[in-house]
Order: sequence, then C-alpha cells, then structure tokens
Amino acid sequence: MEKILEINDLHVSFHTYAGKVQAVRGVNLYLKKGETLAIVGESGSGKSVTSKSIMKLLPSQSAEIETGKILFEGNDLVGFSEGEMEKIRGKEISMIFQDPMTALNPTLTVGKQISESILTHQKVSKKQALQKTIELLKLVGIPNPEIRINQYPHQFSGGMRQRVVIAIALACSPKVIIADEPTTALDVTIQAQILDLLKAIQKKMGTSIIIITHDLGVVANIADRVAVMYAGKIIETGTVEEVFYHPQHPYTWGLLGSMPNMETKDELVAIPGSPPDLLHPPLGDAFAERNDYAMKIDYLREPPMFKLSETHYASTWRLHEKAPKIERPSLSQRHVKAVEQTIGPIGEISDKQMEPLIEIKHLKKYFHVGKKEVLKAVDDVSFTIYKGETLGLVGESGCGKSTTGRTIMRLYDASGGEVLFQKENVHEKKNLSQVKNFNRKVQMIFQDPYASLNPRKTVADIIAEGIDIHGLSKTKEERQAKVYSLLETVGLNKDHANRYPHEFSGGQRQRIGIARALAVEPEFIIADEPISALDVSIQAQVVNLMKKLQKEKGLTYLFIAHDLSMVKHISDRVGVMYLGGIVELASADDLYAEPLHPYTKALLSAVPVPDPLVEKQRERIILQGDLPSPSNPPSGCRFSTRCPLATDLCRKAAPEWKEIKSKHWVACHLVD
Amino acid sequence: MKNAESLVTDEFSDDLFEVVGPREEDSERIGRPPMSAFKDSWMRLKKNKGAVISLIILIIIALLAIIGPHMNEYKYYETDYGASYQAPNQDHWLGTDKFGRDQWTRIWQGTRISLYIAFLAALLDLIIGVTLGAISALMGGKVDNALQRLIEVLVGIPHLIVVILLIMLMEPGIITITVAMVITGWVNMARLVRAQIFKLKGQEFVLAAKSLGSSNTRLILHHLIPNTIGLIVINMMFTIPSAIFTEAFLSFIGLGLQEPHASLGVLINDGFKGMRNQFYLLAYPAVVIIAVMVSFNILADGLRDALDPKMRK
Repeated sequence: MEKILEINDLHVSFHTYAGKVQAVRGVNLYLKKGETLAIVGESGSGKSVTSKSIMKLLPSQSAEIETGKILFEGNDLVGFSEGEMEKIRGKEISMIFQDPMTALNPTLTVGKQISESILTHQKVSKKQALQKTIELLKLVGIPNPEIRINQYPHQFSGGMRQRVVIAIALACSPKVIIADEPTTALDVTIQAQILDLLKAIQKKMGTSIIIITHDLGVVANIADRVAVMYAGKIIETGTVEEVFYHPQHPYTWGLLGSMPNMETKDELVAIPGSPPDLLHPPLGDAFAERNDYAMKIDYLREPPMFKLSETHYASTWRLHEKAPKIERPSLSQRHVKAVEQTIGPIGEISDKQMEPLIEIKHLKKYFHVGKKEVLKAVDDVSFTIYKGETLGLVGESGCGKSTTGRTIMRLYDASGGEVLFQKENVHEKKNLSQVKNFNRKVQMIFQDPYASLNPRKTVADIIAEGIDIHGLSKTKEERQAKVYSLLETVGLNKDHANRYPHEFSGGQRQRIGIARALAVEPEFIIADEPISALDVSIQAQVVNLMKKLQKEKGLTYLFIAHDLSMVKHISDRVGVMYLGGIVELASADDLYAEPLHPYTKALLSAVPVPDPLVEKQRERIILQGDLPSPSNPPSGCRFSTRCPLATDLCRKAAPEWKEIKSKHWVACHLVD
Repeated sequence: MKNAESLVTDEFSDDLFEVVGPREEDSERIGRPPMSAFKDSWMRLKKNKGAVISLIILIIIALLAIIGPHMNEYKYYETDYGASYQAPNQDHWLGTDKFGRDQWTRIWQGTRISLYIAFLAALLDLIIGVTLGAISALMGGKVDNALQRLIEVLVGIPHLIVVILLIMLMEPGIITITVAMVITGWVNMARLVRAQIFKLKGQEFVLAAKSLGSSNTRLILHHLIPNTIGLIVINMMFTIPSAIFTEAFLSFIGLGLQEPHASLGVLINDGFKGMRNQFYLLAYPAVVIIAVMVSFNILADGLRDALDPKMRK
C-alpha cells in the first residue's frame, strides 16, 4: 500500500521564558492508505505536538518547526503557507479533538457547524450541504438527524457531541483523520461506542487514521500499527502484534507491565521517576534514568533505530550486538507470582473481614438545582466497609460515586439515611472536638493532583496542615521530622519539602496528597479517583504505594474510580454504581468472573484490554444511548432505558437489593 | 536481525555495554532551583523593563511629593502679587501663577492630593472590597444575594451624580471626594474577589483542608486569601490611576478641590486658562499627572503578567 503521509526527522520546539523546550526531537513516521496508526506515550512525550504540526495548528508565536519534512501525498506541508494549509485542513486531513465539551461552538447549531466545513471546501448550495449534514449525522449514529441539526451543542450529551465532532471531521471525506485522544474524556461504555464507530467509518470510507492515546487498551482495540513516543522521540514502532507481544524497548516493557489486565493480582510494574525535562533533554537514551537495565552507553549516546523486521523498529542499545542479553522480565515471573498470591489472601480476608468499620444505610444526597428540579446524586445506597479491606466503587461519570465519597466524609450533609463510622453516626450534630476527631480518622485523597494542592504553600506546609490543625507536634523540630518521614514514606526526599507544588509532576503531586492524608494517621481513606488524571506508568507507582501503605499501616480504603481494571487490581470487593444507586456488590474476583447485573456485564465488556488478539476477537455488549439525567431518573429500574434485557416489570418496579449468593449483592429483577 | 552494523564503529568498547541500572536519585530530582510563587513573580516583573522604569518613576514622584514643598521657602497658598506670571527662574523653579504663588510647591502639594487619593482607593479596595467580596462568596445564599443587589445599585449610579448629590450636602473639597469614593470606590474589587473565592471554594485543595478539619478562619487566611492576592494586587493597581484621574477631573471642572488648595486638576485648570501666554503653567502639572497615570498603568500591566502568567499573550 502506498504511503499517504510521511514525516521525516521532525523537530519542534517551544520558546518559553525559561528557555527552549524541545518537544519533538526527530520523529520519523509514515501512514499508509486505509490503516490506523496509534501514537502512544505519556503526557509531554510530544505526541499531540507531532499531530498538531501535521495540521500546522501550533501557536505560531511560541512554537517552531525547526527542521524536518511532513510529506502529504508527496508535498511538504512545512513549506505551505497559511492559505494553502486552509485547503488541506478539513478537506484532506481533519482532526478530532479530545474534549467534545469544548470542541464545538456553543452559539451555533450543530447543523451549521457541520455544513460550514462542507460549504468552505465544496461548491454546493446550502440545501445540498444541509442534505449532506443529515447524511453525516446518520452515518455517525445520531438518531433523528432532521431535528437534531437545529439543536445547539448543550442539548447533546458528551458521547453525542463526540459523534458530532467526528461528523465535522468527516464532512469533506478527508484522506487522513487525526484523532487526538478521542475517547479520553468519555466513559468506557461511550468509548466503546465511539471506537466501534471509528472502525466502521474506516471500513466504509477507507480513511487513514492516526489515533493519539495513552490507553494501550484502545490501541489494541483499534490500531494496525503503533508508534511509542518518549521524550519527543519514537522509541519503538511496529505492528500492534509486534509491539504488544515482542516489545524491545525497556520503556515499552514498562508501559505494558504497568497496565493491569483482568487477571493480574500482583504488584504492577511501575516505572520509577518521571519523564525528563525537555528544556534540557538528556544526552543519551532519554529513558536511561528510569531504566533498570540501563547500560553505560545509554547515558552517553543516543541509540539508533534498530530494524527487527520490515515494520518493527526499536531504538535501544539493548539490540546492539555487544549488549548483554537481557530478556523482558515480566511475563514468566509475573505469572508465577500471580498464582502464589491469588491462593494466599482470599481465605484470609473472608475470616478477618467480620468487623465492619463503616456502615452506610440508605444514604441519600439530593442537590437543589433551580427552583423545582432536584438532582438525586445519591439515592438510597447501602453498603458496609470492613476493617482492613479495600472497597472499590466504579461507575460512569455522573453516577454519584464521588458524591457518595464526599457525603461519607461529611463534606456534604446527607439528605437522608445514615453513615455509621465505628458505630457512630457521622452526620449527627457534633461539637468541634468530635468533628476534629472524626477528621483525624477519616481522610481523603483527591482526583486532580493539580487542583488538590494549594499552589501558594510549600510542600512541607501542605503535608503538615493536618499536624498543625490537630496540634500533633509540640515543637518545630518534631513537625519537620514528621514531614521528612512522610516524604520518605511516599518515595520523595527531604529536598522536596521547601518546594512549591507547581514544580512537581502529576505523580509526585499525587504522592504529596497521600502524604498529607497520612499525616493525621487515619484509619480510613477515601480515594476519589486518585489515579485517573495520571499517566499509566505513574498510576502504577501510586497504586503500588497505596497497597504498600495498606499492608504497613492496616488502612481501610474506599477506592472510587472509573477504570475497572485498576479497581479490580486494588480492591477486595467492588461495588458498581449506576445513576445514584448501587446495582451490584461482590468480591472483586467474583464480580469479574461472574457479573450478574446487565450493567456490570456491559461495563466489563466495554473495557479495552491491552492484548490485540483478545481485543480483536472479543464480542462487546455495546450499550445504546447515554446516561439519563439524575434529576429525572427513569421509573422502575434506573437501568431499564439502556438495558438490553429490560422487561415491563423493570420499567415499572424498582428491583430489590438482595444477596443472591454469599456476599454477592445485586439489584436486578432478572437475577434469582 | 540487526542491520545497524554500519553505524557501529570501534569506539564502542565492551565496557560501555555494562548494565549500570537507573540513576535513582536523578529520576526524582527536580532540576530547577526552588522558587516560591512570590519570588517567581518578582523575577518576571524584573524582566519587564517598562514596569521597572514605571516603578522607579513612581518612587521618584512619591519622594518629590513628600520633600518637594519643603525644598524652598514658599508655601503653596502664599501669594505675592509682585511676582505674578513669572517664567521659570532661579527663585521660582517652575515659575509662578497669576497670584505669584510658587508653581513648584503647588505641583508637589497637588501630587500629594493625588497620592492621598491613590492610597485611599487602595485602602478602600482592601478593607471594604475584599471583605465584602469574601463574605459574599463564603456565606452565599441570602447574604450574597443582598450584597450583590446593593453592589448593582451602586454600579448603576454614575460617579459624577454621587459627587454632585454630595456637594448639595457638603462643601466641595477633598472630604466630599473621599466620601464619594467610600460609597462607590470598592464595588469592582468586591465583585472580583467574590468571583475568585467562589471558584476557589469548590477546588479540591479547599476540600482537602476541610476534610483535615480546618476551621473557616484558617480556610480564609491560609487558603482563600493567598490565592486571591494576585488578583487583588492587579485590580488595585488598575483602580488607583482611575481614582487619581477622577479626582483630577472633578477638580478641573470645579467640583473637587477649591482654591487656594492645590491639586493637579486645579493646577491644570489654572494653566489651561493662561495657556497661550504662560504655557509652562499647564505643561508641568500635565507632565506629572501623565507620568503618574502612565506609570501606574504600565506597572499594573507588568504585575498582571508577573502574577498571572496565564493572562499573557
């Protein structure tokens, strides 16, 4: 097949007041007709910059394409003027952006936004453009397109908006579509819908797709070829099978090892440290500083691209003939470990877990939005968390999992029901010392490592906040010693104490957040999506740290997340929430092996697995439609509007919350 | 499998391929020196030449306003009919006006008024604006509603009308202007602070502090105000020149300070009348007020860039 797009030795840098940041340092890529190329990498690896350079969408004041060629059908786009680029954009190459919430203009109707690009590039009448728009909306699976074209973006849900964005990208039947993290902002069930749509469109129209993502599951699902980027370079590229089954670069090993799949129970392979600062890129292999097998030469000289097959290339000195034979560590060892560990703890837990730490009984939390509307964020949720266990809580965005966490924490007052912590009602009126006492025992880790630390305080002051509030240390020296030991616990060092949060990377910040929670020596920690804002390799660091701390300090966790594989990995028991209610609760292994509720089944089947063979054969249960509004939930079973098995009974009566098997609770009419 | 042989030369000795492992300390190290947000802002401000020059000019003007009137033996109200309309000379450095009053002394006396206004505007912004804004955002509900309606009413009445209405009750003069500013001068600050604290209130670091058991006082002093400081400083710096100008304008049209008191507005009005023959009478106070206004604005711009890098172009 012919190459439609080729990038040769692309260098892009940004001028900042601190100096020149070399975001892309010599990227070579090609894209063939009709194939899907995935560019994977952590944030800051230069993958988005590469894609934006193709479209020449980089800010012209600060960014500069220093050298390199971007050949599109033989023409070098680097030399193109803005006017010439306008003819390329949308017509030949178009882009799908990450966040469908901001990618659409809120003041224009959806129909206008789609037909706008048709009218710019094609000589058609308005009527024809409108007709084409309706066809496009049909193509991307939006029901009632005739009515929908006159609606505004806010009348569409997130998944529907992403479909509209895709329709705009498709408007002029481009030859190449660049999708920059098209599903990152979406829930797993919606993600599955969108990925299927992209695949279907490619089949129909023969478009080439470049998909940029950090999720290896998505790659395994959709891509033909993969390019792994690290610190502004492509360090390994090949077909999906080659890269997933015979990875060569140690970074690719790390990346694959840090993704839990549904089977692993052992410690994840975390890549230590954080990516290098591209203001001063390292001399040799950029990954050397984090590589367990780094050789001396890795610190001195950049490795060339070694060719392994026609399609598979990797840039690591490991492939040099003089290099010692180092095999990929993970697979064999990990399997042995996994077997040992799965036999171990399960028996233990069932004996120990008799002592309940927190009992949540019919908890309700309503928000009043507007005059008459009541948003039922949490509606009648009951479960128990036992001492020393980790309870995972999963669900799509808007299902009320975070609200549940915050209400348990007393950050919100409950609208009904009660939370008993060590047999005491949390929401009763309390005096100041009782509140303080509760706050010492129950702590929270937050989602966004950038928003959860006060930017105006030093790390020492942030960590010591709890110590100061509760007066846990008498002298300054004692306080400092405590801060140092906490920093050490979370794998940071003393020098970090006097720095400010903005100097740290996401993973380091999240560990500071954990240290802050640990400072008051809590018994119970609510982790509200602690890893969803982090890169895969960093997620593993944080999860491993949380597991280690649990073992050492006997902590109990409520782990809230939307990433099912991570939740499975860390939790003893898992609860699934849907639209303010909890629909299934069972031990992690039980739930994943034998899900009973149709929603759990759909959720599990929607999670992409980082294994291309499995992923390409797998049958998916694709849920239709979107989450209904929690302020106007469907009558009967809340899931009945999207449930493939719904009966009349489901639409009329709400199912009972019952224990089907030992310790396996479900709320569904269809399960007996 | 390896066809990179062509790249390999003799310089690759065997020991280069020894496994040495990762550099643990390096992978967690932060290369840049530690820096507080304040230091960082100060560094950025220092890099802005315009802002630094403005700051220096403002300091010089402030110093002259303090010592200027004492640098010669004249008083700003002291008339000398024998020496009226003198061009700048050795005795009267900037000349004299129609009553033979020393222009140098009067200009710096007038600048004092402008600086007093600047100080007053800043103080009102800080005391009334920040407090009411913070209260409004933190209390929410009815308190917020009442305060916002009050502010809307105050914004709705033009400043000039307030001053004219006050003159019906009081003598025109510095007191009247002060009272007028107390009534309306702080509303913008209150609105901005309210918006900022509303935004911060829902942020995770505030929730984190709450979940650690932080009291409201601690929350305001340690978390909310420090994160609003940048905005407060920037807005204050933009309010000051407009307050100075308002005073000068009121004095110019005769609603502000009255003779024999001097203010830059009064002096410009005087000079304007004798513009054809004694241009120096208009030129010097005009230069001073332009210098003050422009410097404050450039400094405010520089501060905004330094304190809030996101606002930069």
